[in-house]
Amino acid sequence: MSQLIRMDHTGHSTLAEWTSGDAASALAAAAALREQLEEGWFAVVSEGPGRARQVRELPLDAPLVILRRPIAGG
Amino acid sequence: MASLESGAATLPELARVPWRDRTSEATLRRDSRRWTACTAAHTLPHLATAGALAALNPLTVPLGAILLGHAWVVPELYAARGAKVTRVTGRPEAKAARVTGRPGTQAEAVALGLLGDLLDHRARELHARSGLALEPGRFGAWLLGPSGAILVRPGGRIVHCYCVRVTEAQLPPSDRTAHLLLALREDEAGFATLANLVFAGVTWRLRRRLAGSARSALEEAVRQARAIQPAGPGDDSR
Repeated sequence: MSQLIRMDHTGHSTLAEWTSGDAASALAAAAALREQLEEGWFAVVSEGPGRARQVRELPLDAPLVILRRPIAGG
Repeated sequence: MASLESGAATLPELARVPWRDRTSEATLRRDSRRWTACTAAHTLPHLATAGALAALNPLTVPLGAILLGHAWVVPELYAARGAKVTRVTGRPEAKAARVTGRPGTQAEAVALGLLGDLLDHRARELHARSGLALEPGRFGAWLLGPSGAILVRPGGRIVHCYCVRVTEAQLPPSDRTAHLLLALREDEAGFATLANLVFAGVTWRLRRRLAGSARSALEEAVRQARAIQPAGPGDDSR
């Protein structure tokens, strides 16, 4: 079961869950991701220490997609 | 040991700072030299004046001692500013608690679980002890906190301290650190470009200004940085 989560004031919230064999859940997760991207969130797939990639479409094979806010110099 | 991989992706936040040179080995070395020159410009006049006064009239030695004190304090103040990037404040937790009605510690526990999943075993243990996440990179070993980062350069002798944070104010500390960790993993050079440099100098000077737990994290980062091969001058593309 893959998850789309958003890092927010609750720690994190799970917005969608999907499996690659379940088209309906994948479509719902893709729609949830698009909505969050439009609101200014960035979607990231961590690929272990030292590696992460930003995504604009739902990667169906990724176990975890994390939504983060922009960062800036303090 | 894994290291941050090069790739074509760049942080979208860089669009906000188009005037900054993208960080590379060359810009890091330049920043380090500039910081050293700036520190020297602040301290050498005091040292020279103290020496000249003592040579002209031994009665001015007490005044010279004050000048020597100034020459010592200025770099210490810079290092103290650098050490502040490791501070973990409770304020974002308190704000989160007000917004959600949940105890800040509960939100932090959830955030900590996610951050723990992103880190390997050793980094997770270090974070539990110090509140700082250790991440190996191409430019050196990074220590990440909720509101800043320390880069220990290859060899472990030089550190760069950066002020950088997530723009959302109501996140628990571990979520703030996780934001920085993911951005760093996406684009190390972009991360360093975006962050504001607040101190660059020798590691021992920063170590003296850190709290005990952060100091042990710095020691671990130094050990890791010693194992990183410095990039060559022509190896700046990323």
